[in-house]
Amino acid sequence: MKLVTEKRGITSKLFRITAPIISILVALFVAGFLLLAADVNPLQAYLEIFQESLGSAYGLSETLVKTTPLIFTSLAVSLAFRMQIWNIGAEGQLYMGACGATAVALFSGIESHGVMITAMFLAAFLCGGLWAGVAGVLRARWQVNEVIVTLLMNYIAILGVDYLVYGPWKDPKGFNFPLTAQFSDVARLSEFFDTRFHSGFFLALFFALLMYLFMERTVWGYEIKVIGSNPKAARYAGMRTGLAIFAVLFLSGAIAGVAGFSEVAGLQHRLQHGISPGYGYTAIIIAWLAKRSAIGVVIVSFLMGVLLVGGDSLQLSWQLPVAFVYAFQGLILFFLLASDFFIHNRLRLAGRERHA
Amino acid sequence: MTNLLQIKNIRKTFPGVVALDTVSLSIAPGEIHTLLGENGAGKSTLMNVLTGLYRPDHGEILLDNVPIQFNSPRDSLAMGIGMVHQHFMLVPAHTVFENILLALEKVPNLYSRRQYKQRVQKVLDEFSLDLDLDAPVWKLSIGAQQWIELIKLLVRDCRLLILDEPTAVLTPQESARLFKVLTRLRDQGKSILFISHKMREVMELSDRVTVLKKGCSLVTLPRGEYDENRLASLMIGEDQIPMWIKPACNYEQLALEIKNLSVRNDRGRADLDNFNMKLYRGQILGVAGVAGNGQKALAEVLTGLKEATSGRILANGKDITNSTAKSSYIAGIAHIPEDRKSIGIAPDMTVGDNLIMKNFTSHAFRRWIFQDRAAIRRNATAKIDQFAIKAGPDGNPVRYLSGGNIQKVIIARELSEKPAVLVALYPTRGLDIGSAEYVHKVIIDGANQGMSTIMISEDLDELLKLSDQIVVMFRGRLVGCVDPQTTTREEIGLLMSGEVQV
Repeated sequence: MKLVTEKRGITSKLFRITAPIISILVALFVAGFLLLAADVNPLQAYLEIFQESLGSAYGLSETLVKTTPLIFTSLAVSLAFRMQIWNIGAEGQLYMGACGATAVALFSGIESHGVMITAMFLAAFLCGGLWAGVAGVLRARWQVNEVIVTLLMNYIAILGVDYLVYGPWKDPKGFNFPLTAQFSDVARLSEFFDTRFHSGFFLALFFALLMYLFMERTVWGYEIKVIGSNPKAARYAGMRTGLAIFAVLFLSGAIAGVAGFSEVAGLQHRLQHGISPGYGYTAIIIAWLAKRSAIGVVIVSFLMGVLLVGGDSLQLSWQLPVAFVYAFQGLILFFLLASDFFIHNRLRLAGRERHA
Repeated sequence: MTNLLQIKNIRKTFPGVVALDTVSLSIAPGEIHTLLGENGAGKSTLMNVLTGLYRPDHGEILLDNVPIQFNSPRDSLAMGIGMVHQHFMLVPAHTVFENILLALEKVPNLYSRRQYKQRVQKVLDEFSLDLDLDAPVWKLSIGAQQWIELIKLLVRDCRLLILDEPTAVLTPQESARLFKVLTRLRDQGKSILFISHKMREVMELSDRVTVLKKGCSLVTLPRGEYDENRLASLMIGEDQIPMWIKPACNYEQLALEIKNLSVRNDRGRADLDNFNMKLYRGQILGVAGVAGNGQKALAEVLTGLKEATSGRILANGKDITNSTAKSSYIAGIAHIPEDRKSIGIAPDMTVGDNLIMKNFTSHAFRRWIFQDRAAIRRNATAKIDQFAIKAGPDGNPVRYLSGGNIQKVIIARELSEKPAVLVALYPTRGLDIGSAEYVHKVIIDGANQGMSTIMISEDLDELLKLSDQIVVMFRGRLVGCVDPQTTTREEIGLLMSGEVQV
């Protein structure tokens, strides 16, 4: 007797929708044992996750605040993934975007809100884009693996920002904390309902819509999909794959850069050490779970936002260690990925008795 | 009659697909049994069942009248059933001997090289095969590599040899030698299950033929009870073979001229060496040659995928030597690639999307930066209809289509812009008779309308049937040019082996 896997044929739509839901429930069930071991009633804890992240206006606003950078970075990563270009550097591109936006906010001296925000946006877009564009040029011209380049450039970007906030850009009135001076009011995105919820979220949704139109409706989206499906065939059909690789990495980095803009202009109002707790890496998982679709990215980013906020509240009210929150998130991801496997494959017992 | 192997009512389904419905077949010791069938008839599934890769849903396999079952290819090999795959399973950097050693069972960790070499050499001598055991495999021709695969099975003493289209990569002379060895093996009592699309070989070699259709074994006929027409009609059944009349080429207007063209590959060796050729309007120029003698480079340099090192290509008198694939296309050269799955299609995209791959920027399919989905769909419907593509449900990714239908998608796309020149590499390789005939008809129809075709093929029958003229390539050179009306297979074969030049 042994287990064998078999490819499933075409699976029903119902199954494709229910499988991830079931897998989340299984993850909650398994995580429940961890909670029991920590002397916490799982049902109460789960209730609290949802109450904290969705049950109040404040909770919901916090969830959306976390969702915003996740949508940007996941869109960025998904765009590149569509062409089989593995941009692992959304984190660094976010930092570069934030850095560019901050430079404009602190040193440009623009006084009109509209012009200031636009300039910050463009600076972030360009900085993120050029940062990823380096990997694009290397890959397109010399076939240098973009995974390595984008990944390693994350460290350069993060440490570069650290240098600025610990050094030349440090706020003289900041009690020696690693952060820049606060942005003036013209350099801030509008906030709503007296919460931290800011208009960056709507920009993120708008970007998701743009991405959908770009991928599904435009000639360029078509080209990206052909190259992603079979780069050789694309070259053979006369597409300029090198140019496309550079353009896609630039765009991908630019969108991740906009995440940085949204974080500093909408939330932090300054550049500081550790502006992203790893959004750029979470984005890779989100892009994967969302199957690289723009709409999927929005939904999964929101779910991830719920987890992040709910997880924080578990730490606060039950004194659970942060490690538990990571374990919890890991379990959910694990089971979601497993459900993906089961959508395409089935397991069965292969016994000798099956054969006469 | 005693049977070595007997297959009874084998059925194998994949979710949603019945690959084998009811297949029964028996193979006697000392016979060459041919398996014929269209693509998708279930030949590969049956092979995979016999070699232990798949387990049938039900049905029996009897070896020496004892029911057996395989759990893995290792099991079937242990029982003396071996297969020469279409894609060789060799380690290119290792020597011939090392590759053969890999196939042997229970080689001790410290083995006597001399002793094992003798054992292999004995097999080589027995069939008077000339192979250098110490040569690395990558240096050998494809034909020689196939011998290694066969020897691997012989040193293991396999009783049943399964050969999947073995002659696809051989010259007629090499094929003849293979057939001689196979016949010899049969006379020694070994059984051979032979898969081929080439009718002539089937007629020449087989003791019995089993026709497979839509997952069922239709009929098994002993030698003498079948002829080419009978088999063809059994295989395709009610599907009609399209009729065509070939016009004679008038050799008036030059469509393409290649002058002293050389192409070097990555290793610096010449893929094309001072190559000269003329192609006229409406001409079908057959290019014969053993695979790997520069045909691919010729096609790639013509379609702009490779750059010429020296020499010139003139299309309608215009120099197109080093333009990209796209501008070549505009200059009117279409290309049916050799490896359709790896460079011909974007497998995850729909038939409609694949059909516009070469002209997606044309204004017929876009409005400003947006694609015109309705126009793309109309184009797909029209092409699917015109080329009789079995495309499945709307929005079906191309990779779910059969090989023949994928080839039709590529041909439909390549011919949609009414090209002046078509470069077709092995356009019917791996296609069933029905699809192959269809491809022939499309090429002839094109010729009728003035399209010139360079048809690179390994199937001499195909070349003889369609071409106005056949040129032969050897080591990147054009070694001969013959008239299909007057030439013989032997003459072409000698040219292909490089022994003679005309």
